[in-house]
Amino acid sequence: MTAYLITGAKPYGEAPKDLLIRDGIIAQVGESLQETEAEVIDAAGLIALPGMVDLHTHLREPGREDAETVETGSRAAAKGGFTAVHAMANSSPVADTAGVVEQVHRLGLDSGWTEVYPVGAVTKGLAGKTLAELGAMAESAAAVRMFSDDGQCVNNAQLMRRALEYVKTIDGFIAQHAQDAELTAWETEHPAQMNEGRVSATLGLPGWPSVAEEAIIARDVLLADYVGARLHICHVSTKGSVEILRWAKGRGIQVTAEVTPHHLMLTDDLVATYNPVYKVNPPLRTEADTLALREALAEGVIDAVGTDHAPHPDQAKECEWAQAAMGMTGLETALNAVQHAMVETGLISWRRFAEITSTRPAEIYGHSRQGRPLEAGEPANLILVDPNARITITPENHATKGRNSPFRGLELPGQVIHTFLGGHQVLHQGELTISRSGRSAP
Amino acid sequence: MKHLLATEGLKYHDALAILDTAEEMAAVTSREVKKLPTLRGRTVVNLFYEDSTRTRVSFEAAAKRLSADVVNFSAKGSSVSKGESLKDTVQTLDAMGADAIVIRHSAAGAAAQLAASDWSEAAVINAGDGTHEHPTQALLDALTLRRDWAAAHGSASPRGTDLSGMRVLIVGDILHSRVARSNVWLLRTLGAEVHFAAPATLLPLGVEHWPVTVHYNLDEALVAAPDAVMMLRVQAERMGGAFFPTAAEYSRRWGLTDERLTVVQQLRLGETEAPALILHPGPMNRGVEISAAAADSAQTRITEQVTNGVAVRMAVLHLLLTGDPR
Repeated sequence: MTAYLITGAKPYGEAPKDLLIRDGIIAQVGESLQETEAEVIDAAGLIALPGMVDLHTHLREPGREDAETVETGSRAAAKGGFTAVHAMANSSPVADTAGVVEQVHRLGLDSGWTEVYPVGAVTKGLAGKTLAELGAMAESAAAVRMFSDDGQCVNNAQLMRRALEYVKTIDGFIAQHAQDAELTAWETEHPAQMNEGRVSATLGLPGWPSVAEEAIIARDVLLADYVGARLHICHVSTKGSVEILRWAKGRGIQVTAEVTPHHLMLTDDLVATYNPVYKVNPPLRTEADTLALREALAEGVIDAVGTDHAPHPDQAKECEWAQAAMGMTGLETALNAVQHAMVETGLISWRRFAEITSTRPAEIYGHSRQGRPLEAGEPANLILVDPNARITITPENHATKGRNSPFRGLELPGQVIHTFLGGHQVLHQGELTISRSGRSAP
Repeated sequence: MKHLLATEGLKYHDALAILDTAEEMAAVTSREVKKLPTLRGRTVVNLFYEDSTRTRVSFEAAAKRLSADVVNFSAKGSSVSKGESLKDTVQTLDAMGADAIVIRHSAAGAAAQLAASDWSEAAVINAGDGTHEHPTQALLDALTLRRDWAAAHGSASPRGTDLSGMRVLIVGDILHSRVARSNVWLLRTLGAEVHFAAPATLLPLGVEHWPVTVHYNLDEALVAAPDAVMMLRVQAERMGGAFFPTAAEYSRRWGLTDERLTVVQQLRLGETEAPALILHPGPMNRGVEISAAAADSAQTRITEQVTNGVAVRMAVLHLLLTGDPR
């Protein structure tokens, strides 16, 4: 394995250091390091950060390979600076058996651009009726620890209680997509289409009320407390949810939460264009919500950034709003959006950026080799970022198959220049190299 | 104006140009030969994704009276269930040389998406998109109201006048009504004051940001002395107990019953002696939101609304396709 000597990089945006990477680990961190055997990477002006960890990714395989594959999604992850992604279970077939999670796990290893961790479904077929074989998935080669029906809420309170209890026995946790089905008229003829409020009133689109998220979070933190289990809340989108999480954490309830880059940056005013690229679930909310989410993420009420990367083929978005698919791509724009919304606003430092994009999500999952500090002896999962770059977001340049980026045309800060996956360089000068499994990108 | 997509954002002088042109068109439609040559050789496509015979026939009559060729394209059901996307349908129509596309669709925003796309160069007229807007309905309502308002105030012609000082009460299912939405913005632009009377379940969350006065109680709303009362149709699908308990309770509380008709009969147009007006966009549920006596009262303008619909649609087609206010 090639050794790399990274010179002049600023770990966490702080004082410049040299980092020597050898045999998959950060061998040394210091000043004026020398190593004749190593390939030298001049990283002056670049910030070194631990590789980002995404708890919330849709890789679409198996079943919707027209939208994304594990291979293309993994490439997008490497380009976006993610050294681990967690693939949600709403594939086809659903990842509700050991067989499917092992398939996704193996596809991830075969790709070798990032680490792929399958998320198991909580209920069979995401149908919300009976528990999936959580134990079998936990004991499979994929060693699943995170279970979620994401895309669907576990609406039945009794089933949610049982799921929370059951995963205690396999040291896992439930990640809830918090959405009351009744309040959002889900799976009816007129399901919720956008945030309910001033904009939806004018546009005449059925509203997705903030209380439909908050009511489920309130219920589930109480359930988690009652049975003493761990709960993670996916894509928190409202100010009210933040207040419930603050209360729950204050009481010592074992709850963690993530927020998407798009909910930190975009609001429901964009829906007035009726451009389905802005259709997402949970929906874009108001400016007051984005500001509350940013503050919560800065102070730790929200633990982590999760992209909810949701690629769709063009035709799924090139249609009437009501018929369009929900979701946005996110892997290759997460750093830009979070830098814009959090770092450039002065809300957080790059050290906190590392916590919310790497350390905390890795801790939530329970990774031992991801989200580690940039110190000698640690696994070499790290990225080098140019914080001064200004990029006009162009989805056609992305590695994901999805062209449905809500940031299209915006100029955003930051660029991932190099990505190291366990000491192997998968991204060099912004270009994919050779994957850890020997694959090249087109 | 290239398209007519919504009354929200429709400028005062554009609204007045449409209404004034519609008065000219109305004069044409009352002649023995009801036809103008202005759109000869132009093609108007009625692209209807929802059943609406009334609106389609109105647009068809309007286009034909302007000598346009009319193509009716009924694409009932969603484009998905039909198997062809809106994009492909519109590109097909464009390739056939459509100069204007009149679109009715169950999806809010369909007309706006079509206008914003590069699928077609045609002028787009929104003939109702989901629960968003139905701008020509609001324009024909305004034409109807303006004529009585101007006459009551001694104007020889309604041309050039607006609805300043008029108070319009809209009653019923505001939440799901594209007619109400289009009326709010247009009536406000024309200087009218707008009141709503509806149960809270049928008002949109955020209605407090709208430039309207909201009443939960219809009798209190009538005490505020409206010059016109616009009754909205109650959709059968809303009656299942989700939005209000029963049709009978709805009628008692928000219907224009015979008892309330006696109150409306006492109302006048402003300070004049002319009676207040009753409007309904049709089709009516007699006995639910409006009693038979109210529907047939001398104060109603329901058939005038239908007549004016053709004139307004002629005006819109004429203005969009020729750019020439008559």
